[in-house]
Amino acid sequence: MLQIIDRRNDSKNKSAVNRNRFIRRFKGQIRKAVQDAIARRKIADIDNGERVGIPSKDISEPQFHHGRGGRWSVVQPGNDRYITGDEIERPEEGAGGRGSGASLDGEGLDDFVFTLSREEFLDIFFDDLALPHLIKTQLARIAEYKRVRAGYTSTGVPANINVVRSLRGATGRRLAAGGPYRKTLRALHAELAELEACGAGDGERAAEIRAEIARLLRRIETLPFIDTFDLRYNSRIRVPAPSTQAVMFCVMDVSGSMDEQKKRIAKRFFMLLYLFLTRTYEHIEIVFIRHHTLALEVDEDDFFRSRETGGTVVSSALELMLRIVRQRYASNVWNIYCAQASDGDNWEADSPKCRELLESSIVPLIQYYAYIEISEGEQQNLWREYARVMASHPQRFAMQQIGGPEDIYPVFRELFRKSLA
Amino acid sequence: MSEMPQPLPTGSEWSFESIEIYDREIGCVAREYGLDVYRHQLEVITAEQMMDAYASIGMPVYYHHWSFGKHFLSTEKGYKRGQMGLAYEIVINSDPCIVYLMEENTMPMQALVIAHAAYGHNSFFKGNYLFRTWTSAEAIVDYLVFARNVIAECEERYGEEEVEQLLDACHALMSVGVDRYKRPPKLSLNKEKERRKERESYLQSQVNDLWRTLPQGLEREATQSERRFPAEPEENLLYFIEKNAPLLEPWQREIVRIVRKIGQYFYPQRQTQLMNEGWACFWHYTMLYHLYDRRQLADGFMLEFLQHHTNVVFQPPFNSRRFGGINPYALGFAMWRDIQRICQEPTAEDREWFPDLAGSDWRESMDFAMRNFKDESFVAQYLSPRLMREFRLFNILDDPREPTLRVRAIHDEQGYRTLRQCLAEQYNLGSREPDIQVWNVDLRGERSLTLRHFKYQGRDLGESRDAVLKHVATLWGFPVRLEEQDEDGEVRHLTEVRIDRRKENQRP
Repeated sequence: MLQIIDRRNDSKNKSAVNRNRFIRRFKGQIRKAVQDAIARRKIADIDNGERVGIPSKDISEPQFHHGRGGRWSVVQPGNDRYITGDEIERPEEGAGGRGSGASLDGEGLDDFVFTLSREEFLDIFFDDLALPHLIKTQLARIAEYKRVRAGYTSTGVPANINVVRSLRGATGRRLAAGGPYRKTLRALHAELAELEACGAGDGERAAEIRAEIARLLRRIETLPFIDTFDLRYNSRIRVPAPSTQAVMFCVMDVSGSMDEQKKRIAKRFFMLLYLFLTRTYEHIEIVFIRHHTLALEVDEDDFFRSRETGGTVVSSALELMLRIVRQRYASNVWNIYCAQASDGDNWEADSPKCRELLESSIVPLIQYYAYIEISEGEQQNLWREYARVMASHPQRFAMQQIGGPEDIYPVFRELFRKSLA
Repeated sequence: MSEMPQPLPTGSEWSFESIEIYDREIGCVAREYGLDVYRHQLEVITAEQMMDAYASIGMPVYYHHWSFGKHFLSTEKGYKRGQMGLAYEIVINSDPCIVYLMEENTMPMQALVIAHAAYGHNSFFKGNYLFRTWTSAEAIVDYLVFARNVIAECEERYGEEEVEQLLDACHALMSVGVDRYKRPPKLSLNKEKERRKERESYLQSQVNDLWRTLPQGLEREATQSERRFPAEPEENLLYFIEKNAPLLEPWQREIVRIVRKIGQYFYPQRQTQLMNEGWACFWHYTMLYHLYDRRQLADGFMLEFLQHHTNVVFQPPFNSRRFGGINPYALGFAMWRDIQRICQEPTAEDREWFPDLAGSDWRESMDFAMRNFKDESFVAQYLSPRLMREFRLFNILDDPREPTLRVRAIHDEQGYRTLRQCLAEQYNLGSREPDIQVWNVDLRGERSLTLRHFKYQGRDLGESRDAVLKHVATLWGFPVRLEEQDEDGEVRHLTEVRIDRRKENQRP
């Protein structure tokens, strides 16, 4: 008669549809929250979920209810002080008639905070960037693993027993365990031979020695030929399929003309490249180089925060990068990527030098060089020189003049296409 | 029952066998006490599924809407950060009665839930007049499936946005979309399906008739101008809109109807929370103690059970930091225990206050109370002076015309009746929620709809009213006015919402 139903393995995500609808409905607010989060995050943190908050009043579900005015009578428990007729001062916030004032103050109501999953977060991140769908799925994918041999272990399943290793171990163990006996045995043999040489081969001592030799031989014989702890198994471990490493150079112009808005766009640009690299490479290092007339290697905080005035000499950054590559990232081990963001200003005479550097030294060393010029107006001299580099290395060099985040993707088009093929 | 009852399994781990044993034993006790219940079905679920169930107000199937996603997210956040535990149980008023058991709970907890929900709530659902009148336990799950399919179908045909916008508007009116007095017809899935098509075409023709604007000849005008519509004010806004909103498509009327039906289904729960929870607590307490007295439960079990039980029925005093109003579990449990006590060991005071109850058969008297009352009348009828003293109840009056708050009554001889009356009033949904009715439709002119708020105790509508009115306007399709009538009968115009036709398809 009684029915007990085990529902634990039933559909787990019954609310997933509702959750998606919620996110879709408040996409505007959530996107804003995600943008704030991106500004806060480190580039390498892009690949996680995020707690976001959106204003409660935006998502309220209104119903008719009473306001503050009017007569109210409340019954409360736990009276420990009052008798009938007592008068109590009104609590401060209850001051009658100030209902509207209170609601105005209430504008800063607590946000409705919830956690976006990694997929949801990336989805919104990608949304701004106008990525083609195929690319989105590729970037959102979690790295695949493959199983590779990794030596031998002492535990495992019988199918993985390595016979040669196991027997070698057994032999070694037998040798080691029998060593002391054999040493004594050798001594005894020597003594016996001596005794026999003196003609005392039938004496009492010789008989003793023979008995001892027989005992020791039995001992050696009883050592097990193979024991459980001799067994060795082939070991296989999971490693991420592309187990190579990459270094990503973020080069940014921090001269006075790069304002906050431009830096935010640049950050998106760096994040996207980073995300791409995490899908392709196991280990990634990021080097931040900022420059105005001088280039400096800095950490991420300084990279985005500081702002300097003065002119711009791009080649200083390229030289620094080249130096760092030579010192730390020998190019046959490291895959080198470089992302450069600038507003296009450069000292007139420096631009040809940049092209020179790129073509002769840098481009041959690296996998991909992506350059964005965040500006609205006419392209500057640097752009013209870079365009020549792109013409001669279309596979490895990409550049784009952009106004907003949605223009970033074309810079990577070639890169993504290659990796998808 | 054998002469020597077997002790029940001990230990905190539950298994399907032990749940079955406990359920059998508790069922035996319930029959001994004469509890009349629906069959029940226990379903073991995970914490995550419990959160899913939360989001859809406990229903096993429900249509999709963003607001359920919002509830899910906030529950999930609270749970994952350890700010709140999940409820021990969710029970669904259906036949068979569905009770969820959470995987994480220990055996004593599962037994508590079985006694509380599968027998306590279950018998209340089956017995109480409100549930008998307003809900059809055998049809609700089928109806929810029907509702979900209809809404999914509409989403496919007319777009998710359209449907979502409509549902938003309906949800805003859910609390003023119930019949408080009329008795509804029974729900039946087949009838619903059969009649759906019929209804669609019929309703549309009715509405069209109402709004026919062909020239009718001047002689009819005089009579028409005096015709009031609706003839009587209508308290059920959703019903009125479903039947009369001029611009709604048939499928939209169907959705309004679904939301209204579901709202109506939950109305009894809102009116009987105190009684229902108290009743369930009373029975889990009584039945598990019964088993303990027969030595079928170990001491360790009882300790764990009592810890949960006391947590649930704890009432912090008004000046405690944990205070959050009167705990319905605490007061309800105490009231049912008190009724039992009055029946079994009445004092002189009880004989004076409850002459019929004192000394009567407690099972019969409690059954009568369970069947025929709702929170409001239950408190008015059964709250005893002794309990008022025990809870140290007192009543505060906040009248904006007075400079201070006043203590109107406390737990003493002069105060008992006032206190009881005030507390009963506090459970009266009619006064807790604003009374808003459809007052008039301007048939001859701009077709505007006038709602009237009947003020009670000088209470205004909260600031959300404009947002709600916008929803009414989207449903109605023409301007919507709101006026209020205070207790002296004076009427004031409050506000008016017009929807811009060109923006009609946008979100409110």
